[in-house]
Amino acid sequence: MKTMLAIISNALCRMTGRNAGARVVVSRSFADFTPQATFDIKKCDLHRLEEGPPLKAELTRDQGLQYYRTMQTVRRMELKADQLYKQKIIRGFCHLYDGQEACAAGIEASINPTDHLITAYRAHGYTYTRGVSIKEILAELTGRKGGVAKGKGGSMHMYAPHFYGGNGIVGAQVPLGAGIALACQYQGNDQLCVTLYGDGAANQGQLFESFNMAALWKLPCIFICENNKYGMGTSVERASASTDYYKRGDFIPGIRVDGMDVLCVREATKFAADHCRSGKGPIIMELQTYRYHGHSMSDPGVSYRTREEIQEVRTKSDPISMLKERMLSNNMASVEEFKEIDVDIRKQVEEAAQFATSDPEPPLEDLCNHIFCNNPPLEVRGTNPWSKLKSVSKT
Amino acid sequence: MAASLRCFLRSGKKAVSALGQREFHKSAPVAAQVTVRDALNQAMDEELERDERVFLMGEEVAQYDGAYKVSRGLWKKYGDKRIIDTPISEMGFAGIAVGAAMAGLRPICEFMTFNFSMQAIDQVINSAAKTCYMSAGLQAVPIVFRGPNGASAGVAAQHSQCFAAWYAHCPGLKVVSPWNSEDAKGLLKSAIRDDNPVVFLENELLYGVPFEMSEEAQSKDFTIPIGKAKVERAGTHVTLVSHSRYVGYCLDAAAVLTKEGIECEVINLRTIRPMDVESIEASLMKTNHLVTVEGGWPQFGVGAEICARIMEGNDRLTASGRRLSSRRGC
Repeated sequence: MKTMLAIISNALCRMTGRNAGARVVVSRSFADFTPQATFDIKKCDLHRLEEGPPLKAELTRDQGLQYYRTMQTVRRMELKADQLYKQKIIRGFCHLYDGQEACAAGIEASINPTDHLITAYRAHGYTYTRGVSIKEILAELTGRKGGVAKGKGGSMHMYAPHFYGGNGIVGAQVPLGAGIALACQYQGNDQLCVTLYGDGAANQGQLFESFNMAALWKLPCIFICENNKYGMGTSVERASASTDYYKRGDFIPGIRVDGMDVLCVREATKFAADHCRSGKGPIIMELQTYRYHGHSMSDPGVSYRTREEIQEVRTKSDPISMLKERMLSNNMASVEEFKEIDVDIRKQVEEAAQFATSDPEPPLEDLCNHIFCNNPPLEVRGTNPWSKLKSVSKT
Repeated sequence: MAASLRCFLRSGKKAVSALGQREFHKSAPVAAQVTVRDALNQAMDEELERDERVFLMGEEVAQYDGAYKVSRGLWKKYGDKRIIDTPISEMGFAGIAVGAAMAGLRPICEFMTFNFSMQAIDQVINSAAKTCYMSAGLQAVPIVFRGPNGASAGVAAQHSQCFAAWYAHCPGLKVVSPWNSEDAKGLLKSAIRDDNPVVFLENELLYGVPFEMSEEAQSKDFTIPIGKAKVERAGTHVTLVSHSRYVGYCLDAAAVLTKEGIECEVINLRTIRPMDVESIEASLMKTNHLVTVEGGWPQFGVGAEICARIMEGNDRLTASGRRLSSRRGC
């Protein structure tokens, strides 16, 4: 049946042009596919919890395609950033997220847009899942005025409603996240804050101060450690006396999750969100994940780990491949469909890169703007006593 | 009979005092002697009442009534939600306060003294001060960091540092240093209403000092604009520029010097950043002589900045300045 369809579509392609043929395949396939399936997911290790997230996850076709699209978009966007950086169109810091897409996609799938999220500097993925367009992200990386922070923030300082960046100081975002959770509790709005940090930041003292206060005051905060096994060039064994990051909250319950499986992340985050919203206080999740790139664009990423290790993760645990294979083997979508999505994403990323390369830089008059918020305009000293610049802060 | 009479008298007394209170607000005595502590307390009380997003957090601010009793009575009035005792975790609770500000609340974060703010200084500078700029205005941080700053009485070096110069160095922060009760109340109210991070430097030795507060200053809407200095005493021979407790020293010195025929103009900076250099320049056009007086160390201090600006500034100024400060280490 499939071969016959393929023959017909090929013929149509040749006769009428590509699109007609493709449409034939899609409209025929829609009726054939499994609309929903249940998958076994890895059991999560638990700390101070009697029960954990379920061992099975339901996935609808639409959800699957959406998660695939999200992860693939982040992947392609990060690879495009890599390319632009090597062309010196992006400069400064650039910390790429490829390999970790399942974390961002899985978390966003289980929280509400009205919930809050804050992370550290490896933030492009979350900036996207929290609603900023690829265009605005890439243009911010290239420092143009069309960027989400008008070119003033760069890679580590992108913001959106209910998304607080993008933070450059390792670990500083954790007390901030606990504070956002305090605001949720104070305002009684049933919202929570997802506060992310890495295995490197897990040893910062301010995290333990935050854990203490969050537990004391039962703040609705999900602390999530994205353990990608390396803090810059230092492996977890060389940095932490205990690498059970999900237990490091001591009196705070914890779950260790397979961060390469978007469904596992989704179910665990749902579980954690329910925990917070029911007033039980904070919870810690450790997502075991991996980054393909080095720490940043100036790190080839192979002096402290082997190429074999990277390759092994790519072939055996890639989050995008895993989802795709699951859906294909359960007849939830077709290879062509995925290809179409890929093509579409490539096109979007290419257009965004075009914009990011051609958009002008912010004008010099903008240099000193927004030193203060909601402030009357003020005069700012330039590089010498006679140079007076203006700082305006529009609301 | 006696009991009911007593009851009547009691209720009557309540009625009379209530009446008295109403009249007190309607036509207050012309001026009153109010300590700096009470002025700060009033400012916070009024702002807590005015805007429910305002809350106070810090060590001992609630049940202890404040380490220096500045927040006395506030916890009893507003409760656990609005007046929050924190564990001894400056970096943690300063960060929590900044996060709460980012998410729409208006926290007052108290440091027991600003010496302890050094533990949290990353949150003040990198998370609070720089965020509005880096986000191109998308993310405001309406927070006040307040507490006693500078020298106290015999508390030793670790508890006596003045942080005016440290914080005033950073763009994105407003740094305020009140002297008397009117300053304290008006500037704290402005700081709380400001949508930007404000470092509010008090002085422990001033807390118990009473100052006259005008009728206007006692009203609930009395604010003093941040960024404007005040000429406390007009003069013609020399300009004394100071902030916080040392304004008092300057006025005392002026009283001594006037007997020798030297008239000092005393300027109370009130705000360190943004500094009101125009007021200093205007004064120097008259006097042509500048002395800066501060409690901090001289090197790279507030006085150094004032001297530099005067030296660089307006070409018509021929004044040169001298700095008075606490003893330089080395």
